[in-house]
Amino acid sequence: MLFTAILWGAAAAGLVFSFLKNKDKSQRALGAARKMLESMAWLVLLTIWSIGFILAFLPPEAVSRAIGPGSGIKGVAVAAFFGSIVLIQAFIAFPLAGSFLRQGAGVEAIAAFVTTLVMVGILTAPLEAGFFGKRFALWRNVLSFIFAIVIALAMGVVLG
Amino acid sequence: MKKHSVPLGLLVLMAAVHFALFIVRPDKAREVMSTAGNYFLEMIAILPPILVLVGLFDAWVPRRVIEAAMGKGSGVKGALFAILAGTAGMGPLYAGFPLAKSLLGKGASLTNMTIFICAWASIKIPMILFEIKFLGGAFAGVRLALTLPCIIAIGVLLNRILNRRTPHETKCA
Repeated sequence: MLFTAILWGAAAAGLVFSFLKNKDKSQRALGAARKMLESMAWLVLLTIWSIGFILAFLPPEAVSRAIGPGSGIKGVAVAAFFGSIVLIQAFIAFPLAGSFLRQGAGVEAIAAFVTTLVMVGILTAPLEAGFFGKRFALWRNVLSFIFAIVIALAMGVVLG
Repeated sequence: MKKHSVPLGLLVLMAAVHFALFIVRPDKAREVMSTAGNYFLEMIAILPPILVLVGLFDAWVPRRVIEAAMGKGSGVKGALFAILAGTAGMGPLYAGFPLAKSLLGKGASLTNMTIFICAWASIKIPMILFEIKFLGGAFAGVRLALTLPCIIAIGVLLNRILNRRTPHETKCA
């Protein structure tokens, strides 16, 4: 993927430039990167393993049935719930949401799904708590969930 | 995050469940393995360069620059700066956490750091382009317009809530 190539290129270029300018600082930068990796590793492994389990037992068809055409206001609640737990990349989620929308799903439900999907992450909450503390992770996700519902309902009014 | 015992225990538990699944439903067990494997490869592909970039950012960008741009007294300008920095983000949300942590360590206010995380999560430019393509310009535009004030509200509210007591907990190592 282009994005990955850009990242590796930028990191490599940055490192070369950094080492040419100041060797000590560069070694400190690498040390900091390694420490971050070590502190994240277990939680990252745990997170992706959970994703494997959830996606295996929660097929896209189930999501489709719940928030697809004709799901109504109940669809908003279900969509927000699914959006909060699943972790799908935007390049899969947006085409999926787009196809629901064309099949007649409510704008509110799709907006709730997309917004909670990107802003609320129950699966990544342990990782977030590892970085910023439990209370931060809890409250950021709770507030994001509430505002996602507000955004979704407002979008239904504007576009519906 | 110094204590590895909890995640380690959970990992052992998951391995046990996964092993049991291989006996009961080998098809599902293989599905779990391939999905998790794909995500693992994705993480391996993007985490190292991101962490190196955050490390370089940490070593080279002076504290006073971040403090001036996104610190406690930075006001509206600081919030705008946090939003712009977040929209320039690349990759999934968990990739933004190390950088956000570094911003906090360099004197960014909790409000602005939260705004940065939320902007990274929901209105990154590459993602908006994708949204316009698949959900249409009106959908993406209205969602963006509604999301911006909400992100700022989340930042302000979160700061209020967390500073009510034990403000230092949010800065745990």
